[in-house]
Amino acid sequence: MTQATDSFEEIESAVVRFAGDSGDGMQTIGERFTDSSAFAGNDIATLPDFPAEIRAPAGTIAGVSGYQLQFGSHSILTPGDEPDALVAMNPAALKSNISDLPEGGMLVVNVDSFKKMNLKKAGYESNPLEDEEFRKKYQLIELDLTTLTKEALSESPLKPSDKARCKNFFALGFMCYVYGRPLDPTLKFFDQKWGKRLPEVADANSTALKAGHNLGDTMETARNRYQLAKAVVNPGVYRKISGNEALVYGLVAGAQSANRELLYSGYPITPASPVLEGLSALKKFGIKTVQAEDEIAAMGVAIGASFAGDLSVVATSGPGMCLKSEFIGLASITELPVIICNVQRGGPSTGLPTKTEQSDLLQSLFSRHGDCPLPVIAAHSPSDCFECSIEACRIALTYCTPVIYLSDLYVANGAEPWLVPNAADLPAIEAKFADPDEEYISYKRNPDTLARTQAIPGQPGLEHRIGGLEKSEDGGVNYDPENHEQMTHLRAEKVERIADTIPPTQLHGEAEGDLLVIGWGGTYGAITSAAQAMQAEGFSISSLHLRHLNPLPKDLGEIIKRFKKVIVPELNLGQLSLILRAKYLVDAIPLTKVQGKPFKVSELRDSFHKELS
Amino acid sequence: MSTTNTEEGSLTKKDFVTENDVRWCPGCGDYAILNAVQRTLPELGVPKEKFVVVSGIGCSSRFPYYMNTYGFHTIHGRAPTVATGVKSANPDLSVWMVTGDGDGLSIGGNHLMHLLRRNLDINVLLFNNRIYGLTKGQYSPTSEVGKKTKSTPVGSLDYPINPLLFALGSEATFIARTSDTDQKHMVETFKAAQAHKGTSFIEIFQNCVIFNNNAFDTVTGRAVRSEQALMLEEGKPLRFGENKGIRLNGFDPEIVELKDGDDESDLLVHRSKTNNPAYASILAQMAYPAFPTPFGVLRQIEGRETYEDALHSQIKASQAKGEGNLQELLTGKNSWVVE
Repeated sequence: MTQATDSFEEIESAVVRFAGDSGDGMQTIGERFTDSSAFAGNDIATLPDFPAEIRAPAGTIAGVSGYQLQFGSHSILTPGDEPDALVAMNPAALKSNISDLPEGGMLVVNVDSFKKMNLKKAGYESNPLEDEEFRKKYQLIELDLTTLTKEALSESPLKPSDKARCKNFFALGFMCYVYGRPLDPTLKFFDQKWGKRLPEVADANSTALKAGHNLGDTMETARNRYQLAKAVVNPGVYRKISGNEALVYGLVAGAQSANRELLYSGYPITPASPVLEGLSALKKFGIKTVQAEDEIAAMGVAIGASFAGDLSVVATSGPGMCLKSEFIGLASITELPVIICNVQRGGPSTGLPTKTEQSDLLQSLFSRHGDCPLPVIAAHSPSDCFECSIEACRIALTYCTPVIYLSDLYVANGAEPWLVPNAADLPAIEAKFADPDEEYISYKRNPDTLARTQAIPGQPGLEHRIGGLEKSEDGGVNYDPENHEQMTHLRAEKVERIADTIPPTQLHGEAEGDLLVIGWGGTYGAITSAAQAMQAEGFSISSLHLRHLNPLPKDLGEIIKRFKKVIVPELNLGQLSLILRAKYLVDAIPLTKVQGKPFKVSELRDSFHKELS
Repeated sequence: MSTTNTEEGSLTKKDFVTENDVRWCPGCGDYAILNAVQRTLPELGVPKEKFVVVSGIGCSSRFPYYMNTYGFHTIHGRAPTVATGVKSANPDLSVWMVTGDGDGLSIGGNHLMHLLRRNLDINVLLFNNRIYGLTKGQYSPTSEVGKKTKSTPVGSLDYPINPLLFALGSEATFIARTSDTDQKHMVETFKAAQAHKGTSFIEIFQNCVIFNNNAFDTVTGRAVRSEQALMLEEGKPLRFGENKGIRLNGFDPEIVELKDGDDESDLLVHRSKTNNPAYASILAQMAYPAFPTPFGVLRQIEGRETYEDALHSQIKASQAKGEGNLQELLTGKNSWVVE
């Protein structure tokens, strides 16, 4: 045990990581700790990190599931590079996470699980907790969590094995004490989840949570208690939101703003399944959801629904995008609005299905055969998924085109506080169908946007045929060489014209200087944090983050010219840097990482330093 | 398909003919099918603007371009998915899907299976010519074993799929067969399909005059069809030729010759609404030369809810308890206020 000192220590931010078996409920207590921190008025960013197997063999490294969050009294943009405190529920969790815990960090372990068998499964030849060197290295707090939980629940009617399962909430209660987190949000969660259905489970978990909290109070570890001020944020109503939730809400809002019915079709795939599940639960909004037989079918259903006049959406991940490619080409040549969401994960093939990556940018830009440019946008944070998906609706309907919306596992599963927008203030999306009283020419274009107008089946007099064969303006099949060239140019020009409606690029930092960092997608928090820190140290560095990846903003070329060097951090082998080099003839330096993990702020700073020295 | 009534007789075949030149080979069976569909649609009591014709890829899939309705020529094998999207979005439309043996049973077999089991109220016309036409003459999944084509110079290896058995295995609620040689029978079959609420699957024997000419002559040829085809009539015994019929011996069908004064009561009586799929399975497997090849409605099962009705009734039931409020959704149940 560590030495006792007294009272609270005031801190600005902290990073806590919970790690245990995938059946130990680490994601659950991570989320509860997040909710409590949000409720306490802190800013937060989270990083759930779980294995691809639902329940890998208990006690093994392969089965370790983790949840890291950073919370603070200032703006928090990333879940933190390394934890200040690590909770390890078993030897495997300790083994696979301890290298990230800096010396002097707080280490809470469940000593009950440090038995011979578990140590062996984790690959430990001896118990690290018996190693004096190891013990000195960290602020070690050894709790016999399983025993303590069972004792706390001696009165509970639950079976002993079920009592033991409450130990995650015991650990949570303890950590809530250490960081001064309120218990109320978690107690409310128990009530909502089990209160009516399984009151004895709600009671047991409440008891375990409170017992963990009380233990903190009575243990001689008062020195390990921290206090954080509330983050200074704009007044208003806040909630916690994950990227996939924000995507779901953005689609509902976008459909309402455009006054269109929403049809979603999907095939289950990690990490996009929560979009299918989320929208399927919103039937009272009139949303139609179809679980298709495969990824190809999901795209076909969406195209059919779009032809019939619905705002149609699919969401998938990389392997699903591969399968949809032929159909995306059809949506392009028939010029039908469809929103295609790709929640990226590590690839190629099955790759790293539960780890993050940004390696589908070039796929999004180029995966169709033929010359088939499409609008591509990317969300940069969990709450940004809301705005980004509304932007996808706007582009799809205004330009009568398929749109590719990119997020990634890190953004989709991560969560942050969100200032809830006023639904009535969301801008309307104007998208009219053809008027039955006017002559209909299916590929006649709006002179400004070059968008064609859709005519909806069911309207008398507007009968027409569309399809994958090249057409002339009147909608007839046309194989003339000049017509194909003209239509190919028109489709490309239509996508280019979207740039007319992209707002000026926001630059973080001075408008000119030594180093410009260009990012896109989920790297926003790490890039912005690193660049801001270096600006504070006096370096000539600015950063910008692209939402629109095709077309690129019109002012980007000019901005790039004002900097001596350009660096492009990406979780891939340099896909955006390739595009920037091709488009702007700039010597953009790729900064790459493909470990299934987000960038650390520190590694970005090191790389930026190198470029500036 | 079930019907939505409108003023009958106000539409004619001409209303469904487009200005496009029809570009099938001279003598192709597709012309006869197009003619039969264009003759059928005006008689269904459905307003013209409610028809949507969806197809995949192949000779047959050019069909939508020749129908003056809403139409969508999609990609190879995937028409069932687009048709599902159209019908799910707007159940009020009368959706007709046109496919072929390659499009529907090879590249698109998976989608066709799921369309049939979901039972969307869509009419599926599968043109079976037992060959790939548009790619110029390779064998198809319905070609007989040993078929010599450009891709199988010493004969094809794989056992063919039986479209009717496939539909039966997918638990389609309406299964029929007709032929491009019989206008009257096609029109009758299409009307029966339209009257059925649920997915109607129709296999049409269609002659490819270039790459597989006369493939069905042994059953549809004028001189032989009375002896070698079995025309199914609801409630009537299975009879063909001058005096032949089909009866059951255990689980096996057998041909019996009726002599003067013989009783028909031994013969199988055609009941397409029999719930047990065994009877339809027997019919589906009967084929010349062992048996006459059956034509008509093999099976029609009423009462299974269509996918689109179930989809929309779930939404209605949910909305009956109160429609969704966007602001409530965005705010959620666990929000907090910062002053």
